[in-house]
Amino acid sequence: MNQKLWSFLVPVLSVVVALIIASFVILMIGKNPITAYAALIRGALGSKMAIASTIVKTTPLILTGLAVGFGFRAGLFNIGAEGQMIVGAMVATAFAINVGWMPAVLAIPLTMLVGMVAGAAYASIAGFLKAKTGAHEVVTTIMLNWIADYLSSYVVTVPMGVGFGTPKSPEIASSAKLPPLMVVQATELTSGIIVAVLAAILMKILLDKTSKGYELKAAGFNPYAAEYGGIKLADNIVLAMAISGALAGLAGTLEVMGVHHRFLGTLSGGKGFDGISIALIGQNNPIGIIFAALLMGALRNGSNEMQFVGVPKHIIMIVQAIIIFLVAADRIVRAIFLRKKVAK
Amino acid sequence: MEKAVEMIQIVKRFPQVVANDHVDLTVLKGEIHAIVGENGAGKTTLMNQLYGLLKPDFGEIRIFGKKVSFRGPRDAISMGIGMVHQHFMLVNNLTVAENVVLGSETGIGPLFDLKRARKRVSELSERYGLHVDVDAKIEDLPVGMQQRVEILKVLYRGAEILILDEPTAVLTPQETEELFETMFKLRENGKTIIFISHKLNEVMRVSDRITVMRQGRVTGVLNKDETNPREIARLMVGRDVVFTVEKTPAKPDGVVLKVEDLRVKDYRNLEAVKGVSFEVKAGEIYAIAGVAGNGQTELVEALTGLRKPVSGKVYFLGKDVTHATPRELREMGMGHIPEDRHKYGLILQFPAYYNVILGRHYRPPFAKGEFLAHDKILTFAEELFNRFDVRPNNVRMLGANFSGGNQQKLVIAREVGLEPKLMVVSQPTRGLDVGATEFVHRTLIQLRDSGVAILLVSMELDEILSLADRIAVMYNGQIMGEVEPNAVSIEEIGLMMAGHRLEEIRGRVA
Repeated sequence: MNQKLWSFLVPVLSVVVALIIASFVILMIGKNPITAYAALIRGALGSKMAIASTIVKTTPLILTGLAVGFGFRAGLFNIGAEGQMIVGAMVATAFAINVGWMPAVLAIPLTMLVGMVAGAAYASIAGFLKAKTGAHEVVTTIMLNWIADYLSSYVVTVPMGVGFGTPKSPEIASSAKLPPLMVVQATELTSGIIVAVLAAILMKILLDKTSKGYELKAAGFNPYAAEYGGIKLADNIVLAMAISGALAGLAGTLEVMGVHHRFLGTLSGGKGFDGISIALIGQNNPIGIIFAALLMGALRNGSNEMQFVGVPKHIIMIVQAIIIFLVAADRIVRAIFLRKKVAK
Repeated sequence: MEKAVEMIQIVKRFPQVVANDHVDLTVLKGEIHAIVGENGAGKTTLMNQLYGLLKPDFGEIRIFGKKVSFRGPRDAISMGIGMVHQHFMLVNNLTVAENVVLGSETGIGPLFDLKRARKRVSELSERYGLHVDVDAKIEDLPVGMQQRVEILKVLYRGAEILILDEPTAVLTPQETEELFETMFKLRENGKTIIFISHKLNEVMRVSDRITVMRQGRVTGVLNKDETNPREIARLMVGRDVVFTVEKTPAKPDGVVLKVEDLRVKDYRNLEAVKGVSFEVKAGEIYAIAGVAGNGQTELVEALTGLRKPVSGKVYFLGKDVTHATPRELREMGMGHIPEDRHKYGLILQFPAYYNVILGRHYRPPFAKGEFLAHDKILTFAEELFNRFDVRPNNVRMLGANFSGGNQQKLVIAREVGLEPKLMVVSQPTRGLDVGATEFVHRTLIQLRDSGVAILLVSMELDEILSLADRIAVMYNGQIMGEVEPNAVSIEEIGLMMAGHRLEEIRGRVA
């Protein structure tokens, strides 16, 4: 079958199959799946507010999905998007608190840049370690996640902490806040989504149109042949980790600039890890990742409404798990298929 | 004497080739029987049928006189056949004893009796002189020790007939010697050993009888005491060269590549190239012959910038390039057709038009600034496809989907398209059929005639004899001698491949 059509069909069919399987689970707990899914759709897309809220949830997921997907394309498994997102948001906040004197036209791009550089620098630690010592990025990024987690807890409690209750930083300067595209009651749909989509398009151009993208993909597919072709593997590893980290850092930064307007210890909430499933469902394709993130954002957002008709929102976790399982299974099937061809 | 193994008129066909063409093999009980032949002669295919991994298309197998038909290795093992593969199949983080008993653990019910396993493994290792610490973890053991564990595994399962598939390929000379001692000990204990090899000196050292194979057929069965390396080499290679390549005498010009006392270590950090010096001139094919694993791979990797030499110098067009990177060498005009086209030569997941620019993807005309010039790349790929007749003529097809011969054409097209001054060619026809082989040979001759210097490394003597203008034979990391193809006999090359120096051979003959 046509390769492109197949990579499009697999995730779509996986979603359908997952929803069907989950409907049996809903039946088993004595509820009506049709009612449940109707509520799910209503909650995700049923009103202006629902749509706005879905898009808000989707924005960071696009970026963490891109972060992980970009790593995969270069042959790296960046599990550290979570930590890079935290560090990016934290450093961007520290910067954005102090830019009240700057006009928004400067403050907004600079804050994003700071967040991206911070995420990139943090991810580069794992990149350098892999390039210089061969330390596997899965191990180092997991460790860096914990460091970022505890560091941020410290930062929002002691040096940057304000007020009582949830540890949090002061609010960022209003010139660094993202302008809302639309305000529906309490939900602000900020322009962050535009930045996220732009990032996906840029990543697509980098991967498909530039010689650097050629090198990153070559090193990801076959490091031996890449080295034979004069590509410096060590440089590529560091660069790929840095770009991946920059995307994750941007995810955190946009959450600060557009949603919370301050740094919270619980800001990432596992969105860095969600990036792994989203990259998988989106087949590491930037455009695919946008849709995968949208799907995930919609499911998450709609699940609250589902709760109101008596179906636990954790059903969505089952749906998500089945989707990932089916998409991953397809990759296994295809990997075996490809290997067989090679063996001939 | 009793016959341990009889394989009668075995035929095994694969889609492209007849791997075994009515092969007869008789192995007597208690002997070390060597099966020798070049790569692709059909040795491993034959053994895989004896071990139940493949089913013969035709023919009969008898073990200790009893006709058998194996459905899988399990059947073969139950008949007392054991195989030690070239690539070890051990679990790295288990101990020696655990590995040996793995798959046939003893104990009460589901409980594993480690004590008993340790004791039995110790007894075995004692009896056959296979000394190894039963509590050591595999990952801490050197390769030679790991091989002993493989042999113990086979013995533990009660093997009477042991198949050793090129067991010395991964060993150091010392480890090889120890392996031979083990083999003698096993023979004393009445075990039968089938030893697959293409290293003549080893075969002469350990075996009692020798079956020689060439292109899927048995070309001779010899008693070690009544033969010599020359005869084996002749039977292995065949007097009649299969195809001769038409070529005019070389017109060598200035020196393009000069190598001085080069030393290179392999991935195990052992010295693989031990002080090699030679020169390659423009317009000639300088060939390096030798049995696989004598340092050729490491030599090529060092020359092409993929491996750092320990000492010595490499000059390319008069410039010191000892530590140059692959990219620098390519820019200076060094092409490289690597021995493993799947590992180094191609990115199988890339389409062909991406593969043909690998190494030049970053500069004009294929890149404009930071961007790839896709239209130029496609035109270039289409030109190469037509010029080299790559099939199918579809530059957008993934590298993985081409046949072996056409994959090699892709690699050659790319490297020739580079218009190199020096072409380093390693095993260019491995796994190719006759037609593709001829094409590769013709291309190399054309390149030579256009004034390119060619360094050809090959394990196929036929290929070397029909292409080379000068031949060096490499053994154990050193060059045993340098000769011209029309002033040397196959026997002399065979002896050099087995570790005799040219002066030594000629001194003795004269």
